[in-house]
Amino acid sequence: MIAVLWIAGALAVAGALGVVIAKTPVHSVISLVVNILALAALYLSLHAEFMALIQVIIYAGAIMILFLFVIALLTARKDPVERSEGKLEGQRELGIVAAVTGAILMTAVALSAGFGRPVAQEALPSGFGSPAAFGRELLTTHILSFELTAFVLMAAVIGVVVLVGQRKL
Amino acid sequence: MDMFTAMHNGLVQMGVPLWLANLVPPLVKSLILLLFILLNCMFLIWMERKVAGHMQRRMGPMRTGPHGIIQSLADVIKLISKEDIIPSGVDRWVFVLAPIVAFAPAFAVFMVIPFGPTLIAQDLNIALIFIAALTSFVVISFLMAGWSSNNKWSLLGAMRSTAQLISYEVPLVISVVAVALLAGSLSLQEIVEAQRQSFWYILVQPLGFLVFLTASLAELNRSPFDLSEAEQELVAGYNTEYSGMRWALLYLTEYANLITFAAIASTLFFGGWSGPVLPPVVWFLIKVYFFIFLVMWIRWTLPRIRVDQLMELGWKGLLPLSLVNLAFTGVYVLIR
Repeated sequence: MIAVLWIAGALAVAGALGVVIAKTPVHSVISLVVNILALAALYLSLHAEFMALIQVIIYAGAIMILFLFVIALLTARKDPVERSEGKLEGQRELGIVAAVTGAILMTAVALSAGFGRPVAQEALPSGFGSPAAFGRELLTTHILSFELTAFVLMAAVIGVVVLVGQRKL
Repeated sequence: MDMFTAMHNGLVQMGVPLWLANLVPPLVKSLILLLFILLNCMFLIWMERKVAGHMQRRMGPMRTGPHGIIQSLADVIKLISKEDIIPSGVDRWVFVLAPIVAFAPAFAVFMVIPFGPTLIAQDLNIALIFIAALTSFVVISFLMAGWSSNNKWSLLGAMRSTAQLISYEVPLVISVVAVALLAGSLSLQEIVEAQRQSFWYILVQPLGFLVFLTASLAELNRSPFDLSEAEQELVAGYNTEYSGMRWALLYLTEYANLITFAAIASTLFFGGWSGPVLPPVVWFLIKVYFFIFLVMWIRWTLPRIRVDQLMELGWKGLLPLSLVNLAFTGVYVLIR
């Protein structure tokens, strides 16, 4: 299991770096897919099988495809017709602030979770990570956030219908 | 599987390190599955040409072997010995990776397909979601192939198939969910078991099966939904620039997906490997080949539909139907 952790972790980091470094947007998206798959592998090693597969379906299978679709449509050529009007202002400074904040938060979480200390092996409750357990949690403990998410998605759907519906076909 | 446990134990006794011995049984299983896919795909390509031929009142391949049975083998040798061409304008990495991204998931899906009561590489309790997750990679590979080819037709083909796959994946998954509800499980083996104890689910899910069949044809990019490779308009669609073994890999993926579809259709709706007298694996193959023939039959009978008809059918026809079916199934499961 520890081997999975290291390999998937390295892949996730490599994918994340690829997203930033790649010159072509399509390459960035493909790197992001690698990153997402590596995360799914990490979930698997944590016995969260359902979570891992949902991660693959939703992120790699749906969201990344929409990204790819739009980017491929807009940059069909290697040299896009329209060049962007230069870089956005203050990206570098904001990036540094975000990176430092992220690093501090991550360190705090890692320290409070006792990173590096040997973990007592606790037996997982039976059915942990299964769709049944997942669904029960979702519809009991987390019912409020579940319904709120549904509400947000509904708003998005209505928004799309309103935006598209204005055009008389 | 006892054979593999025995193999594992034997290796450990011979002094092979444990991690290596742990790796051997999955590798052997994968090799067997790979061989199964390769041989069946070769046979299917021959079968497709024969079916097409006879439906058009001609013979199909006749020269290589009796009734052209080893024609596919000859084709494979030809494809292997072909020059490996990568057109100069393509995005090299993505171009080379796309066929692999297409084939790997199509191959991995076979891991959870039950060929018989014990004949299954790995019985996952979330097999249905596993299949849905892996098959979604087809779209990524199409887009990768189409975009990296740096060619209008390829890109248009990829765009069409993406729009099509995204639209039809929704009713497909919803019709599968209804079956999972009936069986009370997402494991393919348990779904077969549930059907053995009651009846084939086609009896209570005729609507679900029709939605599943139609959506699957679209997912397979098969006629009447083969807009993404409409020869008259797009040369060959996303794989226009591919040749030699890379093209063969894309082609192989198509037929592997066809077998997957047939296997899932017979498992979900027609009792999978269950059946009287004959051994389970024979029953399974009979059902699988029946569905493969059905798909070929449809392909060589129906004309291609238009893009707007395709979208209307998907969003206004199949999606509401699958939702109605799911709702009724839910009520049935509650009062059962």
